Amino acid sequence: MAQLTMVAALNKALDDALRADESVVLLGQDIGVDEGVFRVTADLLKRYGEKRVIDTPLAEGAIVGGAIGMALYGLKPVAEMQFSGFAYQAYHQVEQHVSRFRNRTRGRFGVPLVVRMPYGGGIRAVEHHSESREAIYAHTPGLKMVIPSGPRNARALLLASIFDPDPVIFFEPKQVYRSFREEVPDEPEQMPIGKAQVVREGTDITLVSYGAMMRPTLEAAEDLAEQDRVSAEIVDLLSVAPLDTETIVHSVRKTGRAVVIHEGPRRCGIGAEVVARIVEKALLHLEAPIRRLTGYDTQFPYFARERAFLPNADRIAHAAREVLAF
Amino acid sequence: MPRKRIEIKPKVEYLSILDGDGNVDEALDPRLDADRSLHIYRLMVIARRLDERCINMQRQGRIGTYGPCRGQEAAHCASVVVLEQADWLVQAFREPGAAYHRGWPLETVLRFWGGYEEGCRPPDGVNDLPIAVPIASQVPHAMGIAWGMVTKNDPHCVLCYCGDGGTSEGDFHESLNFAGVYNLPLITLIQNNQWAISIPREKQTASETIAQKALAYGFDGIQVDGNDPLAVYVATKEAADRARSGGGPSLIEAVTYRLSVHTTADDPKKYRTDEEVARWEKLDPIPRYEKYLRTRGILDDKLVAEVEEDALRDVAAAVDRFEASREVDPLDCFKYMYAELPPELAEQREEFRQALEREGYGKSAGGH
Ligand SMILES: Cc1ncc(C[n+]2csc(CCOP(=O)(O)OP(=O)(O)O)c2C)c(N)n1
Repeated sequence: MAQLTMVAALNKALDDALRADESVVLLGQDIGVDEGVFRVTADLLKRYGEKRVIDTPLAEGAIVGGAIGMALYGLKPVAEMQFSGFAYQAYHQVEQHVSRFRNRTRGRFGVPLVVRMPYGGGIRAVEHHSESREAIYAHTPGLKMVIPSGPRNARALLLASIFDPDPVIFFEPKQVYRSFREEVPDEPEQMPIGKAQVVREGTDITLVSYGAMMRPTLEAAEDLAEQDRVSAEIVDLLSVAPLDTETIVHSVRKTGRAVVIHEGPRRCGIGAEVVARIVEKALLHLEAPIRRLTGYDTQFPYFARERAFLPNADRIAHAAREVLAF
Repeated sequence: MPRKRIEIKPKVEYLSILDGDGNVDEALDPRLDADRSLHIYRLMVIARRLDERCINMQRQGRIGTYGPCRGQEAAHCASVVVLEQADWLVQAFREPGAAYHRGWPLETVLRFWGGYEEGCRPPDGVNDLPIAVPIASQVPHAMGIAWGMVTKNDPHCVLCYCGDGGTSEGDFHESLNFAGVYNLPLITLIQNNQWAISIPREKQTASETIAQKALAYGFDGIQVDGNDPLAVYVATKEAADRARSGGGPSLIEAVTYRLSVHTTADDPKKYRTDEEVARWEKLDPIPRYEKYLRTRGILDDKLVAEVEEDALRDVAAAVDRFEASREVDPLDCFKYMYAELPPELAEQREEFRQALEREGYGKSAGGH
C-alpha cells in the first residue's frame, strides 16, 4: 500500500496497463517528453518508448480518429485530451464513429478505446479549462462515461476502462488531482464500470454526487451530522453512463429524501437523469421534492468568480436542510 | 490513360532584412519614417515590460496562468501596424503589443489572465476579436470576417495570428482552404516559435516550411525572419495591400522563438536545452532593432531611456487600473447569457443570490 495522489494513481493504472498488455498504447499532446501537462504520464515514455507513448501534433480530431483506427486494428489506445474543453475538436469523431462502430458493424468491430481528460473548475484556470460537460457524453448512446472521485477508485476504474471492450470517456476531476492522498494497493485492482458506491451510510437523506463534488458533499454530510444530527447517506456515482439506478433507488427508498449534486449546468444535466430515475422507481417512497444543487445554466465564469460560483459544502448542506424541512 | 507529372509552380519566398547583429540589407530596407519606426519599437518594449510584469504578478498570485510573448515581439508588433482602422485583427494569445496598438487598454491583458471576462470586451469602435484559447479555433472566424468583406465589397483585410502547433488543427486547414477558394482578404500569420508546449516544430509537421502549406490551398506563402521587424513589416504590408486590392489570402510564417515558458504552468526544462534558448537569446528582436534605429539616427541613449520609462509607467498604471477594478459581482455570470434573461435562469440567479447572501459574499466576491 502506498499513499498516492490521484495523479500518481492514474499514472500507476497506465503503467499497470502498459506492462500487462503489449497492445496498450498512449497518445496525446505533450504526454511523452513533457509527461503530460499534469504529469499523469510521468516516466512512461522512458519505460515504454515512443511506439507506445506517442507525442502527437496538436490535433484532437486526429488523435481520437487515429485511436479509432488503432482500436480497430487490435490495439488498446488510451488517448489524452489535454483538457476536456478541447475535446470538442474531436467530438465529431466521438459522436459519429466512436459511439457507433459496434452497432453499425452489427457487432463485427468494437472500438475499445479510452479517452481521458481533465475536467472541472476550482484550479484558477484559463477560459475553457473549467467546464463540466459529462452530460454530453452521457447523452451519446454507445459510450461509457466514468468519473472517479479519489485516487484509489481512479486507478481501479481507469484500469477497468482500458480493458473494457467498449469505448470509455474518462473524466478526471483536476481539482482532486493533487488535493489529497489515499491508500492505493500495490497490486492492480479493477472496479466494475456502471456501479455506484455507497460511501457513507445514512438514514435521513441521500446525497448523490460524483467526481470533484464528492469532497464538499462529504463535508456537508459531516456538518449535517454535527449540527443537525442528520444522518446523510452518500452515493458516489463513479459512472454516469451506464448509471447505477439500483444503488440510487435503493438508497432513496431507505431515506425518502434526496439531493443531487454536480458542477455541470443543471439543464439536462446528470442530476435531471438521476431525479427522473428516482421518480420512476421510488416516487411513493419520497417524503419531499428532490433538490438539484448544480452549476447554473450560465457559462462557467473565468476564475475570478469561480469560488463564488462552484457548489460548496454550505450550499449542499443548505439544500439538504430545505429538503429535510419540507 | 497516361501516368504523367502535373506541373505545379511551388514558390516559397524567404525574407530577412535585418540580421542578428542589427545590420540591414539596404536594398530591402523599407525605410519607414521615424514615427512609424519608433512606434514599432515602443510597442515591442511595452509588450516586453508587460510580459515581465505579468509573470511576476502570476508568481505573486495576483493573476492566473499567463502565456508570455518574450522573444516574439517583432512578429506581432511589426505586423499589426500595417492594419488600418477598418481592418480586423484576430488574436491568438501571445500578442499583447498588437492589441495595445489597436486600442485595447493594457489592463485588458491583465483582466483576461486575471480571470475576468472583462478582458475579452473589445473597446468601443475597435472591431477586433479577443484572445482565443482553443488552438486554431480563431482562424475560421478570421476567414468568415474576410468573407464578409468580400460579400460587402469592402476593401479591407483581416490579420489572424496562429501558432505553429495550430497549423496541425483541422480548423486551420479548413479556413485556409476556404480562403483560397473564395479569394478572401485573409492574412494568416503563423508565429512559428518552434514549440507547441513540448512538441517541437519537426514533430508538428513533416513539411520543410509552414509557409509552403499555402501552396496546397492555391496561394502564396512566405517565410520571414520573425525576429526581424523589418522583414515582418514588409511581408505583412505586401500581404495587406494585395488583400485589400482583391489579390486574396496570404500565409506568412514568422520564424521566431518563445524565449520564456509556454505558460507559467509549464517547465520547459523537461523538453528543451538551455543552449537552444541561449542561441535564440542572441537573436532577440529588441536589441537588434534598437541597433538599427540608432544607426539610422532615429534612436539614441536618451530616447531609449525615455521609451523604457514610458513603458514602465504605462504598465504600472495599467496594473493599478486592473487592481482597482477587481471587485466583481458574481451574479454577473447571468448578465450576458441572453439578451433577455429567461425565467428558468432568473430563478437560478435568485437561488445564487440567496446562496451568496447566506455566505456573506459582498460585491467584492472575487476569487482573491
Ligand atoms: C484545441 C486545443 N487543444 C489543446 C490546447 C492546449 N494548449 C494550449 S497552448 C498549446 C500549444 C500551442 O502551440 P502553438 O499553436 O504552436 O502556439 P504557442 O503556444 O507556441 O504560441 C496547447 C496544446 C488548446 N488550448 N486548444
